[in-house]
Amino acid sequence: MKHFFAALMLAISFQVMAVIETYEFETVAQEQLYTEIIHELRCPKCQNQTIAESNAGLSEDLRYIVYQKVSAGEEKRDILAYMQQRYGDFVLYDPPVKPSNYFLWFAPIFVFIIILIAVLARVGRRKVAPDSSDDTEEL
Amino acid sequence: MNKKIVLAVAPIITFIGLVVFFWFALDNDPQKLNSNLIDKPVPEFRLPSLQNPEVVYTEKDLPKELFLLNVWGSWCGPCHIEHPYLMKYSKQYSVPIVGVNYKEKVIDGLKFIEEKGNPYTMVISDSDGQFAIDLGVYGAPETYIIDENGTVRFRYVGVIDDRSWHKKILPVIEHVLGKTLKPIESTE
Repeated sequence: MKHFFAALMLAISFQVMAVIETYEFETVAQEQLYTEIIHELRCPKCQNQTIAESNAGLSEDLRYIVYQKVSAGEEKRDILAYMQQRYGDFVLYDPPVKPSNYFLWFAPIFVFIIILIAVLARVGRRKVAPDSSDDTEEL
Repeated sequence: MNKKIVLAVAPIITFIGLVVFFWFALDNDPQKLNSNLIDKPVPEFRLPSLQNPEVVYTEKDLPKELFLLNVWGSWCGPCHIEHPYLMKYSKQYSVPIVGVNYKEKVIDGLKFIEEKGNPYTMVISDSDGQFAIDLGVYGAPETYIIDENGTVRFRYVGVIDDRSWHKKILPVIEHVLGKTLKPIESTE
């Protein structure tokens, strides 16, 4: 069983390596920054993958651009802005909060508050006027 | 009594609301992304002509009237489907079509337009795909409608055929121009 898992892990790791080309960086910090950035950018073509995971031609090109920019010493913020300028908020896995998506961000909190108020109102009423039949049920 | 009516009606209203919501969501293709370039100028570029590598085009060489910018490559299957329609509409309408040969060797791009015909007034060779990335292209074919000031007004992702031309492309062209376009009499 142990061998089976070892083989499985090996198989998976090779698969991943087959997709991603490797780039040489001058410093470890740059390499980490590169890895961080490509895990935060969505592949516009394949949509549910980061460009780190995707083997689409476009992702390859975008990784190359990230590599060039990281090597040139550009900051993460500027590289993400570069991508956002071209592909919109969609390309970011952590999109900014703005009026057009307030509903998405705040609807869950809003619904939660409504439920909370409804539950509290109900519980509060029950305490004021305890129902004898409820009590027997609980026992 | 009032409360009972509310409790009875609430699920029905919720249901109708969801139906309406999903009905409209059906029309909303998540594969189609909004372009970030709308109402912005065409990105700068400096790229050779496909037919004549010695000629270098920049954004200043683009037509000074409303035109279509069509991103294509012979490796792209749907571009083959689209091509006859571009041939047809480039003859039928006086709207110039500028081609961007995307991520392809010059020889393959040339072969495509030599064998199948050239619907383009000019073809830009974007062999490394940088211009397409500046445009925000994520899949060929893509077609941009650009007005006489060089401002991007619309992006269409997908194949231009009779249906998309008349439903999506032509209405936007006519809206931007502020007049209806009639096809030029063809001898077909």
